[in-house]
Amino acid sequence: MPQNIPVVEKILSANDKLAQENLARIDAAGIFAINIMASPGAGKTSLIERTVRALSPKYRIGMINGDIATSLDADRAAAAGAVAVQINTGGNCHLDAVQLQSALDQLDLSSLDLLIVENIGNLICPAEFKLGTHKNVIVASIPEGDDKPHKYPSMYRGADVLILNKIDLLPYVPFRMEFFSQGVAALNPGVTQFNLSCTTGEGLDAWLGWIDGQIKK
Amino acid sequence: MIAMHELAVTESILEIALRHAAAQNATRITDLYLVIGQWSSIVDDSVQFYWDTLSDGTIAKGATLHFERIPTELLCLDCGKTYQPDSRDLLCPDCHSTRLKVLKGEEFRLDSIEIET
Repeated sequence: MPQNIPVVEKILSANDKLAQENLARIDAAGIFAINIMASPGAGKTSLIERTVRALSPKYRIGMINGDIATSLDADRAAAAGAVAVQINTGGNCHLDAVQLQSALDQLDLSSLDLLIVENIGNLICPAEFKLGTHKNVIVASIPEGDDKPHKYPSMYRGADVLILNKIDLLPYVPFRMEFFSQGVAALNPGVTQFNLSCTTGEGLDAWLGWIDGQIKK
Repeated sequence: MIAMHELAVTESILEIALRHAAAQNATRITDLYLVIGQWSSIVDDSVQFYWDTLSDGTIAKGATLHFERIPTELLCLDCGKTYQPDSRDLLCPDCHSTRLKVLKGEEFRLDSIEIET
């Protein structure tokens, strides 16, 4: 006899569960972990380089990088002073909790204070896949345009911190700050936001201060 | 070729369906009822494509996927208007408020399955 069985289960519940296990592991090691997401070219790697360079004298930093093809980004982070692990994603469009789990296996967690996960450059799906980090950080940038929160709502909904990068380009690019901010306010009121430039260094101190405060918590 | 996230999503759907079917000692899964909000970035055709390959060799082979797509619906907390936002502008079309509540559009679940025992 055919019968209808109620399921009512979130489709990515298995990933969510594994993400919780990852977080428990990270917490047990006393690490503060962030997941950095952005479109390609927004400046994730530059932000990480700047962050690692500034904080590595004070903290032991691990970096997990999900680049599609090369290890260029991991090399840049390692050169700046982090212990870097490259995840071979085989062309996947996002990182998931399984990939983070295997990356955690490759790091000596007890020797770290801060873990930075660089997600794959993509504004569509990474926010749907929880990893098990404490905070989701989305990096937007001036040249991408002011309509991005309106066009990619799910990414902005899932963010704990918003970084607006490349503010040194504001005089040269048509970017309506008010329209951008309205989109952010609509989707994620009260999100912690830092406007900065990884090129000039303007605004970086506030971001670094925020991380510092989170590590000490 | 970039692998789409629909692959991971489809694997997850299959795992959930097989688990619930096994609990009922089902011999076949014939239908799956999915509820997907507009803001959950999933392409039906891609899920169907992966489904045909992944479900092969399981009791869910040949099952029909039903997609209930839920359009995004926002409530303006200032003027009380309920509306479906434009893809280029989220703000309330009447009063341009940014104080909004998402009523619908973020659904992402398997609601039920049809089985034979």
